[in-house]
Order: sequence, then C-alpha cells, then structure tokens
Amino acid sequence: MSKRVGLEASHAAAEAARMADVDVIAAYPITPQTHIPERLAEMVADGELNAAYIPVESEHSALSACLGSAAVGARTFTATAGQGLELMHEVVYVASSMRYPMVMTVCNRALSAPLSVWGDHSDAMAVRDTGWIQVFCQNSQEAFDMTLWAFRVGEDSRVLFPVMVHFDGFNLSHVTEPVILPEQKEVDRFLPRFQYPFALDPDNPMTHGAFGPPDIYSEAKIAQEVALRKSKAVIIQGFEEFGDIFGRYYHPVEPYGIQGAKTLLLTMGSFSETAKIAIDTKKDKRESVGLINLRLWRPFPFEELRQAVKDAETLIVFDRCISFGGPGGPVSSEIRSALCNEEERPKVVSFIGGLGGRDMSVKDFEYVIDRGREIVEKGSKELFETVGIRGKVTGIRG
Amino acid sequence: MTEKRLKTGSDFTWRDMEVGNIVTEAGNASVRKTGDWRTERPILDKEKCTKCALCWIYCPDAAIKPPKEGYYEADLHYCKGCGICANICPVGAITMIEEEEK
Repeated sequence: MSKRVGLEASHAAAEAARMADVDVIAAYPITPQTHIPERLAEMVADGELNAAYIPVESEHSALSACLGSAAVGARTFTATAGQGLELMHEVVYVASSMRYPMVMTVCNRALSAPLSVWGDHSDAMAVRDTGWIQVFCQNSQEAFDMTLWAFRVGEDSRVLFPVMVHFDGFNLSHVTEPVILPEQKEVDRFLPRFQYPFALDPDNPMTHGAFGPPDIYSEAKIAQEVALRKSKAVIIQGFEEFGDIFGRYYHPVEPYGIQGAKTLLLTMGSFSETAKIAIDTKKDKRESVGLINLRLWRPFPFEELRQAVKDAETLIVFDRCISFGGPGGPVSSEIRSALCNEEERPKVVSFIGGLGGRDMSVKDFEYVIDRGREIVEKGSKELFETVGIRGKVTGIRG
Repeated sequence: MTEKRLKTGSDFTWRDMEVGNIVTEAGNASVRKTGDWRTERPILDKEKCTKCALCWIYCPDAAIKPPKEGYYEADLHYCKGCGICANICPVGAITMIEEEEK
C-alpha cells in the first residue's frame, strides 16, 4: 500500500532518491537545499540506503564527482541551489555534453548581490542553455514524482541526458505538505536497474572526454542538440508510464481552466498553485481567464505551448528573474519567440515579480491579470512591467 | 601495398558522432600522427648517450620507444617538442633545436 505522509519537498526529493536506490550521492550543502544532502547522509549512515555518499569541498567538485560516477554507470544524484549552481556552471555543460545521465535537484534561489538565500528563478535561468532536461515542480508531491521520473527518462538509452528538477527554495524546500509515497515494488517496476551502455570498464577500454578540434566540434554540438530535442518523445512517454503506475499524470504544458478563456496567465513552479486560486476567484466573477503551468522548460515544448494558447487573445507571462538589459523576463522572451511566426497568436505581456523571496499573493496575481489586459487594450511602451515593487517602475524601454 | 587512408574529423557528419563523442576504440591515438605542431625537436648526441632510458620513462607522450638495438630516439611523428627528455638526460646528450634550424 502506498502511504500518505507529511514531507517538505526537500525530504520528498531525498525519499525519491532513496527509493530509486541511487548508487552515488555527491553534494555540497547550501541553503535552501541543505535538507536534501543532510537527509541522504542520514539514510546512508543509518543503513537505509546502500550508496556512496561523497562529501566534497565545493559544488564544482560535487558535480565533477558525479561525472566520474556516471561514467562508470552508477545511478547518480546531487542537489544544489543558487550560488552553488553558479559555482558548478562549467561542469553543468560537461555532464550534458558527455551524455551522462544523473539527476540534480535545484532548490531555486536568488543570485547575489545583494546576498539572498531566498527563492526566485535566477539560478535556473542562468543554466537555461546548458543542455540538461529541466522541469519545474509545483508542490512536494511533484518534487517526489519528478525526481523518480527524471531517473527513468535520463537513463533511457534513447535519451542519455542529465535531468534537473527545479523547485522553489523555502516555498517548497522547507514547507511540509502531504505526499503519497508509493510501494518499493511500484518504484522498481517504473525504474528498472540502470545499464549505462558506455560505462568505463578496464576490460573494455574506451575514451570519454576527448578534445574536439574545429573539424569536429560543430558536428558534436549539433548531434547533442538534435538528441536533446528528440528526447521530448521519451519525456512524454515517461509521464504516461508514470501516470499508469502511480495514477498522477503530468504534461509538458499543463492547462488550468483555459477552455474558451480570452486571457491566459503562464507561471512556473510553486507560484502556479497561488495563481490557480486567482484564476478561480476571477472565474467566479465570470471573467474569461485561465492558467498555464509550464512544467517542461528544456527541451522547450513548442507544439504543446502553441496548441494551448492558440485561441487566447492575451497571454501574460510571469517571470521570477530579470534578464538584465534584455527584452523581458527570460520565460516571456522564449514564449514570444515560440509564437512570433504563428499567424494566430495572443498578444504576449511580460511581468516580473517574486524576486529574492518576495511573496506573490492571490491579489498580486489578480492585479497581474487586470493590468495585463489593460496593457493589451491601451498599449504600453515598457518592455515588461513589475508587480510588488515599491515605487513606479518606468524606463524599461527597447 | 597502399596504406588505407585514416578517417579524419572531416569524414564525419553529425549523424556519425558517437553518443557523448566517446571513442570506443582503445589506443587509437597511435595510428594518428600528432606531432606536426612541434616548434622544437630533440637531437641526440650518440657519443654521450649511455642508454640509461630515462628519456623513454619521462616522455609524457610515449614518443620515445624502447629500441631492440641502437639508441632511444624520439619518433618525430608524435614528439611535441616539450624538452622534458633534454632536461632529464643525466649526461646532457639531448639538446633541443628550433624546427627552423637545420
């Protein structure tokens, strides 16, 4: 029997790693991710998990150790946040380019300066183009589910990519919620033992990580890009298989009450659940609104997004990150690019808020929807607007 | 007998790339001549050489092979001209000269 227990998202992710029977954990503790390596270290010390726990001296070393672990075909897990992900940055590219499956939880945290341990999506957006499969979670249950799913998809012989599971620092990492934990035999059915086809083996020597001179580098990178894009079919298959076993079905783009809605709001991560309440409140007042929760961030789900928004007049995209000097929030820029050549498409409005742990209330999302519609009706010279910032923000011009 | 032409990077399309650019064939560096970017090369003075083999042991690129007979000399198809052999030689039998010099 599955059981329903109270877990914060950090412990849900650690529990998923335990039930996935990971072989190697290499992680460096950093707020707000600390509870994950702490819990896993306890499990290993208490004999609940038969894994090598490598206590490293930095995040750069954590992910480097994971490279070695993945190279010999071990099921590998790590976790980090904010500055830690930045310190890893060089190695983040290596993991995906060498096609090493592993799972990394990122408890999303703002980047310095000013120093902030609180949540936003700056760290996630800084690794946007690193070639990892990336998903965002709305709650603790999803933190558990996406972690299991990430192993299943990344290790698939048609994929062989590392997977990053994002959830919001503190809003999820430190908040206890009910989580349904499955039976071990269900997990084993979903996630069979892993056989990495290119595992380093003294009896069958091969070279990993050779250099790439100009006559081969371009071909190597295109091969990687095509493979990442093709992984979407397995990503979707993995969501379906997960649903068939555990009863919870996930999708790259998740609509909430969008049928016939003229105005759509798009959010990622835990704020989607707050935004859903704002949508419900507005629907009660007969307003034509709906929400899109963007789960899959890389590879970007172009078709699914276009399908979801094709009948809407206005699409308001909410970002928890600034692309300094750029065209808008990073998510809104991607959405605009995805839609710009479509004949029928909604007008896209960019909002930025929720930076460095600033909360977004239901009322704040109601304001975003109201003001978003007003911008489309009356026009605005600003590239994006903000919510919850003291003082009128102007001069965000192209 | 004609030597089979070795494949170079230009012979591969992106579709030919192995997953993660892994080289599945072990030890294939020896079939590729890799020393063409050398700027200095070692010259051995056979009068001084005692055949102690330290140059062979220290060569970081396995460019010096143990001879069945004769002297330890660098294979210039692989030697990168780093000069470690010249530095380690206890009797000063190896000197580095610029490639441009005769």
